[in-house]
Amino acid sequence: MSLSRRQRLRLVRGGVYSATVAALVLILLAVDWGALGGALFKWNIVRDQFPDILTTALRNTVIFTIFGFIGGLSFGLLLAIMRLSSVKPYRWFAATYIEVLRGIPLLVTLLILGFGIPIATGWQWPNPYIQGSVPLALVAAAYIAETVRAGIEAVPRGQMEAARSLGMSYTRAMVTIIIPQAFRIIVPPLTNEFVLLIKDTSLISVLGVTASTLDLARFGRNGVNDTANATPLVVAGLVYLALTIPLTQLAAWMERRSKAGRR
Amino acid sequence: MSDTLVRIEALHKRFGTNHVLRGIDLAVTRGEVVCIIGPSGSGKSTLLRCVNMLETPSEGKVVVDGVELTDPECDIDRARTSTGMVFQSFNLFAHMSVIDNVTIALRKVLKQDRTTAEAKAMQLLTRVGLAEKATAYPAQLSGGQQQRVAIARALAMEPKVMLFDEATSALDPELVGDVLRVMRELAEEGMTMLVVTHEMDFARGVADRVVFMDGGVVVEDGHPDQVIGNPREERTRRFLANVRERD
Ligand SMILES: Nc1ncnc2c1ncn2[C@@H]1O[C@H](COP(=O)(O)OP(=O)(O)OP(=O)(O)O)[C@@H](O)[C@H]1O
Ligand SMILES: [Mg+2]
Repeated sequence: MSLSRRQRLRLVRGGVYSATVAALVLILLAVDWGALGGALFKWNIVRDQFPDILTTALRNTVIFTIFGFIGGLSFGLLLAIMRLSSVKPYRWFAATYIEVLRGIPLLVTLLILGFGIPIATGWQWPNPYIQGSVPLALVAAAYIAETVRAGIEAVPRGQMEAARSLGMSYTRAMVTIIIPQAFRIIVPPLTNEFVLLIKDTSLISVLGVTASTLDLARFGRNGVNDTANATPLVVAGLVYLALTIPLTQLAAWMERRSKAGRR
Repeated sequence: MSDTLVRIEALHKRFGTNHVLRGIDLAVTRGEVVCIIGPSGSGKSTLLRCVNMLETPSEGKVVVDGVELTDPECDIDRARTSTGMVFQSFNLFAHMSVIDNVTIALRKVLKQDRTTAEAKAMQLLTRVGLAEKATAYPAQLSGGQQQRVAIARALAMEPKVMLFDEATSALDPELVGDVLRVMRELAEEGMTMLVVTHEMDFARGVADRVVFMDGGVVVEDGHPDQVIGNPREERTRRFLANVRERD
């Protein structure tokens, strides 16, 4: 008996589907749900995380993120403008900076700036928030610069020409005409950069922490050590989600709206 | 002081190896309306954009109201306030209301306060028939309305000469009339105008002079009745025959 091409295809698809379902069922049966629940989400441990997870850990994560973002946005804007400048050395500097900092893992940059430089030079970071935020901002700037540049390039050329024809200088036209329009375009991608930054702050604790500078991830990890249970990390994960999901949804909504706005 | 407001001398413009303007001489007297016609790619826009230095000439001289713009020492931003430009694609500032479009340069370049600037803007918007649209955004306006706002925006700076680059070419036919009417009124009030256009009726009715360009040179320059009505040059005749065929 020979099967048609379509029949064969349906048979293969059906086979894959039933194998997947069977595997899932096996896993569901094999797992000891009571033990897993006890290891990942034990109520008394969940309760113990509060309020410190909010008053210390969340607070520190938010501080690192906001410092990192404000620094990254300011410097990223400057880099984007340098990248589009007609002055070659500016362009060259910005392009190199962006390539280098995007090409090195954040963890490595954090260690070089946060650790390596103080060890090599004897110079000390004035405080742990600056020590963590500055490298974060410098890396964020490289990513944000590319986003901002794309936004500036998306503003029609005629806008700059109209502004210049009215007697505005290049800088004045950039500040009052081009950048405000670029920002409308890049608010959704910038929101996504912000979310990435929230998650990136979890690496800062490699620079060493004190009880007062614990971020969410480190707080969770320390909790695991103290309780010999994974619950503290799961709770930390949930707090991250409480921050990130509303923001990514907001970004998606803004993107849909701006698409609908453009006739 | 001579009555020449715009003087273009031996102007050349190259884009790489593309020699677009090949020696243009043109003088525009105060109050004169000069229409520039010619086939696509002949360099009309480039010539107009050299008058306010949106394009930097490769060689030659551009003098507007006694200021040589091609002088390397010239403060271009300042000199540009004596020319107003209206673009084919309007180029209104999309993130600003109509009134802000008109006042922004008054406030930021001439440092006028908001009240003074807005009073002037309302006067100009009334003149182009759009006072009631002051708080609207460009995207809410028809092309013809946008172009009239763009004219008001340029006029706000009280330019000595207005440059129009195919101001009606992007408009639906039924909207062209409103814009041409505003331009005609402006001409009647004595504004000096350099107008790149395909509207032969406008050129014939409003222009004091018509310049026909082809291949980066001025082929014919004279009274509209002569250049459009009875052209001397074969190239002009061929171009006009083409235009009439299209209409
Ligand atoms: N920025 C630019 N870079 C390179 N080439 C250009 C640039 N602007 C214009 N050109 C070239 O210069 C020539 C003249 O262009 P221009 O726009 O001045 O013609 P035009 O007479 O205004 O034509 P149209 O009637 O189509 O508007 C064309 O060959 C065009 O490709
Ligand atoms: Mg043109």
